[in-house]
Amino acid sequence: MPELLHRKLERTATGFMLAIIVAASVGGIVEIAPLFTIDETVENVEDMRLYTPLELAGRNIYIREGCYACHSQMIRTLRDDVERYGPFSLAVESQYDHPMLWGSKRTGPDLARVGGKYSDFWHVAHLTNPRDVVPESNMPAYSWLARTPLRLDDLGSHLRAQRSVGVPYTDDMIENAARDAFGQAVPDSEQASGVTERYGEETQVSAFDGVTTRVTEMDALVAYLQVLGRLTKAAYQNTAAPEQPPNPND
Amino acid sequence: MGQLTTRERDLAAAILVVLAVVGIAMAAAGRADPLGIHGAIVLLYSLALLYLIMSTSFGPAPDPSRVSRYYDDPIKVGVAFTLFWAIFGMFFGVWAAAQLAWPSLNFDTAWASFGRIRPAHTTGVIFGFGGNALISTSLHVVQRTSRARLPDQLSPWFVLFGYNLFCILAVSGYFIGVTQSKEYAEAEWYADLWLVIVWVTYFVLYIRTLARRREPHIYVANWYYMAFILVVAILHIINNLTIPVSLGHAKSYTIWAGVQDSMVQWWYGHNAVAFFLTAGFLAMLYYYLPKRAERPIFSYRLSILSFWGITFFYMWAGSHHLHYTALPHWVQNLGMTFSVMLLVPSWASAGNALLTLNGAWHKVRDDATLRFIMMAAFFYGLSTFEGSFLAVRPVNSLSHYTDWTVGHVHAGALGWVALITYGSLYTLVPAIWKRERMYSAALVEVHFWLASAGTVIYVFAMWNSGIIQGLMWRTYSEEGTLTYSFVDSLLAMYPYYIARTFGGLLFLIGAIVATYNIWMTVRDVPVAGTERHDDVPLAGPVPEAAATGPAE
Ligand code: HEM
Ligand code: HEM
Repeated sequence: MPELLHRKLERTATGFMLAIIVAASVGGIVEIAPLFTIDETVENVEDMRLYTPLELAGRNIYIREGCYACHSQMIRTLRDDVERYGPFSLAVESQYDHPMLWGSKRTGPDLARVGGKYSDFWHVAHLTNPRDVVPESNMPAYSWLARTPLRLDDLGSHLRAQRSVGVPYTDDMIENAARDAFGQAVPDSEQASGVTERYGEETQVSAFDGVTTRVTEMDALVAYLQVLGRLTKAAYQNTAAPEQPPNPND
Repeated sequence: MGQLTTRERDLAAAILVVLAVVGIAMAAAGRADPLGIHGAIVLLYSLALLYLIMSTSFGPAPDPSRVSRYYDDPIKVGVAFTLFWAIFGMFFGVWAAAQLAWPSLNFDTAWASFGRIRPAHTTGVIFGFGGNALISTSLHVVQRTSRARLPDQLSPWFVLFGYNLFCILAVSGYFIGVTQSKEYAEAEWYADLWLVIVWVTYFVLYIRTLARRREPHIYVANWYYMAFILVVAILHIINNLTIPVSLGHAKSYTIWAGVQDSMVQWWYGHNAVAFFLTAGFLAMLYYYLPKRAERPIFSYRLSILSFWGITFFYMWAGSHHLHYTALPHWVQNLGMTFSVMLLVPSWASAGNALLTLNGAWHKVRDDATLRFIMMAAFFYGLSTFEGSFLAVRPVNSLSHYTDWTVGHVHAGALGWVALITYGSLYTLVPAIWKRERMYSAALVEVHFWLASAGTVIYVFAMWNSGIIQGLMWRTYSEEGTLTYSFVDSLLAMYPYYIARTFGGLLFLIGAIVATYNIWMTVRDVPVAGTERHDDVPLAGPVPEAAATGPAE
């Protein structure tokens, strides 16, 4: 009987197509739609801050170079993950990540909490030639980043585009994007103070690549690496004992 | 292109002029951005095609008897694209593999660093090689199983060249730093928009051909091609919803964020596997296998079960890419459950294929082409079993993030996708060029062994390295501390990375042998004496539904 029905369906291309669309839509709708409405999907935290323009530019370089192909940014709720990399990642920590960079492969270690783990100097040396600091590494060298000036003039449009997809940048932040990017990488400049005013005291203002006369792609990338895992402290307040990491969803 | 009518040539020229103008606009708006380079590429591409069209436009009018034959010219060009992208994509695969073993092999250049050539590899093989194979074979299969000629002669060319423009924009983008970073959807917004236009044309072309069919029933292979075309469209559009920084920027920001983005991405990613790398290639299996073996498919019921099972279950399974992450627990569990159930329809197809061969094993022994298809069905069974196993949470806790995933990917990609493609090509090429046989059966045999050996070496190397890696990461000493540093586990990988490069190299050499063999077939093998009388569309008035097609 079902076979006969199917024989009928096979006779009409339109009917067949509709059947395919219906069959294929259910799964996605059931799994994705609730993620936007169920409150527990993303935790509510007070101290979550935004990427500064320099950090955002660094994030875009991280994307451009395909760092995500070898490094994850998602610490799982597993004992060895937590002991190796720190408290497991919460949904809120990537709340403003368009796109998310959780990754799917660890050719290199997880980077979700690498911020503050090494000095700026270490990062610059490592990115310039990884084998100078980790002789066994198979990571490519990114020496050209320190030679390439960062494009600053369009950072405002980047922030505006981010706002249109839901990241709460203010007009003030958008207007001062280029200044703030410069200020964050040149601590002695007059632009530096605006950065912490707008993005909070926790923001790291530093001569990331060690050169304060100009802002390079190296500055941006290191600024981004240094903020990873430090946008909010929620993850640290969440974990009771690393021995038995609780699952936030249980 | 010689068969295009004057009207079709004019229309083609008009489309190309519009495209050239778009290219100029992109180049102008994106002067200070990589977008400008892409504008130039679009411009050059359309001018080159325009030149081709113009140089034929004073040729003689096409032979009116052409409508009593199938329209195979675009398929021939599609086969050439397929072979080109195979070598291109696999070359970058081998190069990427070599860089993981010897990291200085990018020669300190930005464009050739691992993170940029890796997506060039994945896009090159999946979209370049796989996509062109799917388009070419689908145009072949839909005409033969419907006993109808394509409804017009322009849209297949538009689909083919439009699609390859998308591939070129995508791959060249990575080298100059244009990427969305979404796995298997790295191309930026303008390329994505262009693909939507091409894909809708493809869909319309397909459905119009089906509407002209002279067989009452739609054959199984076409179910899979339809599912492939339709679902890929849905996935592509939803996953790629983005806001560009400006019209002068290549860069855009996806509307999805964080945990929702992860779910959309892997709903897309997993179903790109399902509907690009599985459904479309199952269509090849269901047509070229019975053709080559000269036996009907073992069971019609299994085909139905398998088709609807795959169409329904796959869409639930994406969350198995996100086990133990910040994605809510219930979604992870749903993904795991459906992934395990997915084994049933998957093995229904693999079993259906192998049982079709039951009784024809002597042919498998003698005919390397049929052996390609058989091996593909075997690897399909293997990689789906492995996939369902990896989707179980505790197993995934070991395998995720390791080379085991990469091993699974290539058991599917090399063993299933590439082998079925070559098996189909070896059947398709003599058929559409009307040659008696392939240039060299011995070279097909050589290719078979190179490909099989390459796949086995690759997959075994990655299984070993992946499991070792996963175990080292979770080994504890007596004192309860982690025994190995990350670098310890990396050091253990090097021998396997070298082995994988070697296996990939064998596979690449096989692809080059295949290309040579096909080239020589077209050049040197005599045309078959008599045209097979059944390889033509059925004559007589076209059924109602096709009346909407343009006049020729
Ligand atoms: C000559 C043969 C090939 C070689 C040497 C090769 C090599 C590689 C390498 C080195 C990677 C990166 C793995 C990593 O990041 O650790 C990779 C990834 C990948 N390759 Fe291949 N590949 C080959 C053929 C193919 C083919 C024919 C396909 C598809 C039809 C394919 C699909 C993929 C996919 C989907 C990935 C991404 C895997 C993931 O994200 O987990 N490859 N390949
Ligand atoms: C029943 C069928 C299948 C199931 C249930 C399945 C399941 C899985 C699972 C659990 C993973 C690992 C996810 C992770 O830990 O990150 C995975 C990865 C993958 N599988 Fe399958 N698989 C199936 C069939 C296939 C086939 C036939 C192919 C064909 C080429 C394929 C290609 C891939 C690719 C490309 C990835 C890597 C995604 C990435 O991380 O980039 N799978 N699959």
